Amino acid sequence: MKAELKRLADRASEEGLLDVAYTTMDSPFGPLLLATTPRGLVRLGLPNQDSERLLEDLATRVSPRVLEAPPQLDEVRRELDLYFEGRLTSFDLPLDWQLTDGFRARVQRAIAKIPYGQTSSYTDMARSAGNERAVRAAGTACGSNPLPIVVPCHRVLRTGGALGGYGGGLPMKKALLRMEGVLA
Amino acid sequence: MTGRLIHDLTDLPPFQALLDEHSADVMGVLRGAVGRGDAEDCFQETFLAALRAYPRLDDASNLRGWLLTIAHRKAIDHHRANGRRPVPVAEVVEVGVTDPEPVDGIWSTIGALPPKQRAAVALRYACDLPHAEIAAALGCSPEAARRSLHEGMKRLRKELA
Repeated sequence: MKAELKRLADRASEEGLLDVAYTTMDSPFGPLLLATTPRGLVRLGLPNQDSERLLEDLATRVSPRVLEAPPQLDEVRRELDLYFEGRLTSFDLPLDWQLTDGFRARVQRAIAKIPYGQTSSYTDMARSAGNERAVRAAGTACGSNPLPIVVPCHRVLRTGGALGGYGGGLPMKKALLRMEGVLA
Repeated sequence: MTGRLIHDLTDLPPFQALLDEHSADVMGVLRGAVGRGDAEDCFQETFLAALRAYPRLDDASNLRGWLLTIAHRKAIDHHRANGRRPVPVAEVVEVGVTDPEPVDGIWSTIGALPPKQRAAVALRYACDLPHAEIAAALGCSPEAARRSLHEGMKRLRKELA
């Protein structure tokens, strides 16, 4: 049955019927869920997030044509593997931003520009998004980032250097910052 | 009208969930209906047709019945296409058929039943579907489904006696 299902996913993709392709991959923090549309990576689920719920959410908000199709995510997996090995400092992946909009989207695009090994603050992100005083909203925007790691919200800290929060849990935020040489 | 609106917002599950839950049953029905060799192609056609129609599906209450209906139609299409397809040739080439599973026994007897009876028997005993769902899958009334099943079973008993 495995071969039949693989063939089905391939044919669905050829015929433009594969709106969301997903797979899971191992990472040093546990399994990650990766989901892409024909436009680009649309969702990255962290190990502590419920994959089934993320897939249901994609079915509702993007399209119910959601299929497990690992080959569609080969390049994403390759870059993430290199990143976790410390051999890649900047992702070169097409992203699909459709799960976010308005102020949140502007904050997340600002986060995407923070370079490897550097940090920024929620205030900076609020300013970049065009409303310096919306610090709390910027924090919420970080928390609702659909593409963590690739859009590095772990590089956003509180003004003064306190860690703030992280969707994948604080230990993961610390480990990522340590890996990038920001934390000792 | 509010009810209708709420219904429209009923969320369809990710299509992968349909595959995970029902692909084995669909394959089982198709093997019973068109035989092992052709079941694979019908399987692809069934799920591609389902994928095409899925976002517009407005009743997600019986996804299994919906898939089996499509499978049944694909099996009928397959039989029709085969019926039309005989091509005269100067020499008949012998083609080996690879069939790792034994085709004798009850399935070959079921395979020889008329299409409706065969489908009804397969849906009932291979997929364990109740009469109402068999009716939905065959696109007929529950009474007609019961009759097909009854006739099919009667013939099977006679053949196997």
